[in-house]
Amino acid sequence: MIGLTHYLIVAAALFCIGAYGVVVKKNAIAVMMGLEFMLNAININLVAFNHFLHPNLVLGQVFAMFIVGIAAAEVALGLAIILSLYRQRHSIAVDEMDILKW
Amino acid sequence: MILSWPTIILEISSLGIGLLLLILGLVFTSLKSKATLGYFSIIALLLMLVGSFYLPSGATQTFINNFYVQDSLALFFKQLFIVSALLVNTMALRYMKPHTNNRGDFFALTFFALTGMMMMASAAEFITLYIGLELMTFTFVLLTAYKKHDLKSGEAGLKYILLSAVSSGVLLYGFSLLYGLTGALDFSSLVALFAPTSSPLLVWAIVMVLAGLGFKIALVPFHMWTPDVYEGAPTPITAFLAVGSKAAGFVAFIRVFFQVFAVYSPIFMPLLIALTVLTLLIGNLIALAQTHLKRLLAYSSIAHAGYILLGVIAYSKLGLSAILFYLLLYMFANIGAFAAVAALVINTGQDKISDLAGLWKSSPFTSVVLLVSLLSLAGIPPTAGFIGKFYLFTELVSRGYLWLAFVAVGMSLVAIYYYLVVIRTFLSGSVAEKTSMTIPFSLKLVMLVSVVMTIGIGVFPGPFTDYLLKVAQAFLG
Repeated sequence: MIGLTHYLIVAAALFCIGAYGVVVKKNAIAVMMGLEFMLNAININLVAFNHFLHPNLVLGQVFAMFIVGIAAAEVALGLAIILSLYRQRHSIAVDEMDILKW
Repeated sequence: MILSWPTIILEISSLGIGLLLLILGLVFTSLKSKATLGYFSIIALLLMLVGSFYLPSGATQTFINNFYVQDSLALFFKQLFIVSALLVNTMALRYMKPHTNNRGDFFALTFFALTGMMMMASAAEFITLYIGLELMTFTFVLLTAYKKHDLKSGEAGLKYILLSAVSSGVLLYGFSLLYGLTGALDFSSLVALFAPTSSPLLVWAIVMVLAGLGFKIALVPFHMWTPDVYEGAPTPITAFLAVGSKAAGFVAFIRVFFQVFAVYSPIFMPLLIALTVLTLLIGNLIALAQTHLKRLLAYSSIAHAGYILLGVIAYSKLGLSAILFYLLLYMFANIGAFAAVAALVINTGQDKISDLAGLWKSSPFTSVVLLVSLLSLAGIPPTAGFIGKFYLFTELVSRGYLWLAFVAVGMSLVAIYYYLVVIRTFLSGSVAEKTSMTIPFSLKLVMLVSVVMTIGIGVFPGPFTDYLLKVAQAFLG
């Protein structure tokens, strides 16, 4: 029987994979993918909590819908900035973004 | 349950004016008519500021199942945001001219950021708080990356969006754990549902919420974005970030930690104290090594987040009113300093501290403004900064944190050193090739207002502290 614990473990694992991707990936688009992993892990968390612990509420699902919408806006914004940077530098490697330091 | 329109008129008008500015930017075809959009935004903000004083301030009103609250704390912060937006837009009138091509979108975006901040000030529920936070953050990302052909601006924008997305991921994970533990997301139900016991999961949730909100106010382990974004963003936007974004982070921080997690203060307090000490140390010590004025002010803004957090640690009505007072004077001092930087950038295109040499000869007015602002940030007596620090430290001592007050005073002395290095640079220096600077009238106006308010609050703090104490009493009951 698959219970709440399994969902929470999957969500935590997904969150950690996403965070790992954000830290180690050099390509800005891959970093954005890691961020999506993190946000979707939270969605799994919210929906699973809603289903197993508070089945008569809808707040968890509503929150998950809002996160999906805002995550889409975030990706649009991030990709727009990446595009404008690519036009100037012909590279989207995050570790080459070092004009600003100290 | 019933939405009463007059109490949320500020949010509605801010959003409406932002949309109107976007449309007008498309409708107006000639460059000359587009140039009026900036003045239009300033007049609209002035009207909003005047109107906000006629709103019912005493009574606490809640809407939509306690999801949205309008009380005197929210009203104070909304007025603070409107004043900062007003000063920032006035500063941007001339500064942003080469970058906007007279389009209306720059001023429209500042209104959307203002709407997000106002939502954060009034949010009494985590979904609303999150949406306000993201509306503010995304708009600030756009404004930071506004100079499309500037490498620094784009890089700062990318760093800001990536790091803020990670921080909001952590914040949301905390919210999801809180939802799982209680089944509620609005603050008043959460307070009722919390048992005075603690589970490890709850401690995790509190730590994650602290990290997520700590990012917005630039607490030390989460401050890495601050110097880069402050340096890369256009100067008026840097001022808006340093003042508006930080104040919005603090109002969310106050609501969450004074209201929602009040019973758990023994759990999060040691962590908060450790982070505050770290913020004070790192913010002030790294500022010593800076050569760029905007980066110096960024590290000083990190350090000021530490000073303001001392009021949260005091955890009392007087502590809360000291936080509000400090945010008020911090706004005027910081905007004055950034307006002086803007004047320098307009004239020389540089923002290095060494470029300030000879400023006293080329523009005495800018020098006086920078002098007063930096003295206020350093906390030297005739200015408001001294009174603010005095209130914070005395309240801290009276709550028994003598050692923490010693750390804070010691770090203030370090801060005085790096502000004095800047002051010495612009008071002395050769002026051989320097001619007099031309400063646009709008910038002069911003500087004048900030200097008058900085000295005015310093000389007559009474009315402000009385009012803010009332606000704190109304909030903490």
